[in-house]
Amino acid sequence: MPHSDLSILIIDENRIRASIIEDGLREAGHHRVACIHDVNEVGRTIAANPPDVIVIDLENPKRDTLEHFFSLSRAVQRPIAMFVDRSDGAMIEKAVEAGVSAYVVDGLRKERVKAILDMAVLRFNAFAKLTRELEQARSELEDRKIIDQAKGLLMKSRNLSEADAYALLRSTAMNQNRRMVDIAQSLVTAAALLGP
Amino acid sequence: MSPTQLTAGFLPLLDSILLVLAREKGFAADEGLELHLVRETSWANVRDRSALGHFEIAQMLAPMPLAASLGLTPLGTEMIAPIVCGLGNNAITVSAAVWDAMAAAGAPGDLAAGPAGQSLAKVVAAAPRKLRFGVVHQTSSHNYELRYWLAASGIRPDRDVEIVVLPPPLLPEALGSGGIDGYCVGEPWNSIGVATQNGHIVTTKTLIWQSSPDKVIGMRASWAAEHPETVGAVIRAIYRAGQWCAEPGNLEEAARIMAGPAYLNTTADIVTRSLTGWLDIGNGLRTNVPGFYVPHSSAANFPWKSHALWYYSQMVRWGEVAPSAAHAAIAAACFRPDLYRAALAPLGVPLPIADGKTDGTHAQDHVVAGSSGALVMGPDLFFDGATFDPDALDAYIASQRSAD
Repeated sequence: MPHSDLSILIIDENRIRASIIEDGLREAGHHRVACIHDVNEVGRTIAANPPDVIVIDLENPKRDTLEHFFSLSRAVQRPIAMFVDRSDGAMIEKAVEAGVSAYVVDGLRKERVKAILDMAVLRFNAFAKLTRELEQARSELEDRKIIDQAKGLLMKSRNLSEADAYALLRSTAMNQNRRMVDIAQSLVTAAALLGP
Repeated sequence: MSPTQLTAGFLPLLDSILLVLAREKGFAADEGLELHLVRETSWANVRDRSALGHFEIAQMLAPMPLAASLGLTPLGTEMIAPIVCGLGNNAITVSAAVWDAMAAAGAPGDLAAGPAGQSLAKVVAAAPRKLRFGVVHQTSSHNYELRYWLAASGIRPDRDVEIVVLPPPLLPEALGSGGIDGYCVGEPWNSIGVATQNGHIVTTKTLIWQSSPDKVIGMRASWAAEHPETVGAVIRAIYRAGQWCAEPGNLEEAARIMAGPAYLNTTADIVTRSLTGWLDIGNGLRTNVPGFYVPHSSAANFPWKSHALWYYSQMVRWGEVAPSAAHAAIAAACFRPDLYRAALAPLGVPLPIADGKTDGTHAQDHVVAGSSGALVMGPDLFFDGATFDPDALDAYIASQRSAD
């Protein structure tokens, strides 16, 4: 357990992502990991259990709030600085691309923090990929619903079989060089406008 | 020739208007720039992404390039500001409860900074707990302006009240939920606090310090040195956007553009309040604040080195940087009137000849010497009657030290 003595605080409004990162850090042998979802709790948390490393998502609009807490805590002899020092440009890039940022207590050896940030970057990217796939699956499901609706309209108004209705939608889409779901959407919209 | 690609970060604030107009009205395109605007969620992100080069330029709080160049920020990076995005645009808003207490303590409700501050001092002294005020970033014009107003009203910012940091869009809600008792922020977030959270505007930036700068276009010094042509193009595009914005006939269109979902995402009515200076300060009371936001006139886009030094003096005052001639020189070097003049000289417009000026001595419009003609400047008083002479910087800092 080479890193188990470091205390790590994860701040992420996204609870699922936070727990994914927490799991990753625990698997890597870190046992002093805490998660909070609201920056406003930071003041209390820092006082109760001062972290050595703080991981925060870049989209968090309260980064300014967090940094202000740090500047206040500087007054109680607990200097904290953002990890991203100039010496590792590629790593900074990777972290910012992934949407994560980290702060560490001054004087912590860089290699130790690097492993933590690398882990956070990996998990952030994995989470983003998952979110994208989920979004895609969701929109495919939506598309199918619209196509089914359009199919139903064609079957009813033109007395077509399901297979023929589908073929008609498909050939129209191909002829007009548009997506099938767009044709289906126009049909559904038109039907709603013209409908009884 | 294909256009130069340029990415600029901004926050949803009225004074991002010159960046937005530079894009939307084609002033950037006229200069051969394809300007991409990225709305950010925090000043910390604007700062870091500018330092890393994700943004070539950004709307920044005037003290931000100073803080970066002085090494106060995580990624200490030399930053410069060759043009200013206008004067004014901030206000201080308090909760309905605090306003009621201030009114009971004698606040006249006319926005004058002095009487408002005196009544707030009475409320602070009588309050059973410390009042909490929100500002948008630590090294922000808002933080220094709020502190200046409090201190000159007899309220010690670090002892008598609590100052916390929240990004602009979160301030109105924090006020409504009781998390904070008041805040200092740029528009439209005061008007939105009034409209949605029953807030009350008690004074404005322009009534604390007339004709004072708030946001700048900031960029890395190294990038600017490598791309002088692009920097010149940016300055001209922003300058022309300011000219266009200052035309009363363009007001309606400007408000409509800024209200759009990609920018402020609010109503044109809210935007019009700050553009015209006709604010609803609470309870439907419409009040006119002359010079509330000045996009162009009064040499509003000129980066006065004396203004950089005033912000530096406040960083010293509140213990963020140690006073030294070297630090003062770094701060002054962040504002670049030389680049401004070089970019605009071909336009033949009047440009200030001096790099700095004394603030706090003009109660009326006045004239300063300019190349190809004189420039009419707005009044520049501080509400407490103080004078800021950049040549007497040390004395100014010392006088504030002894007062605090």
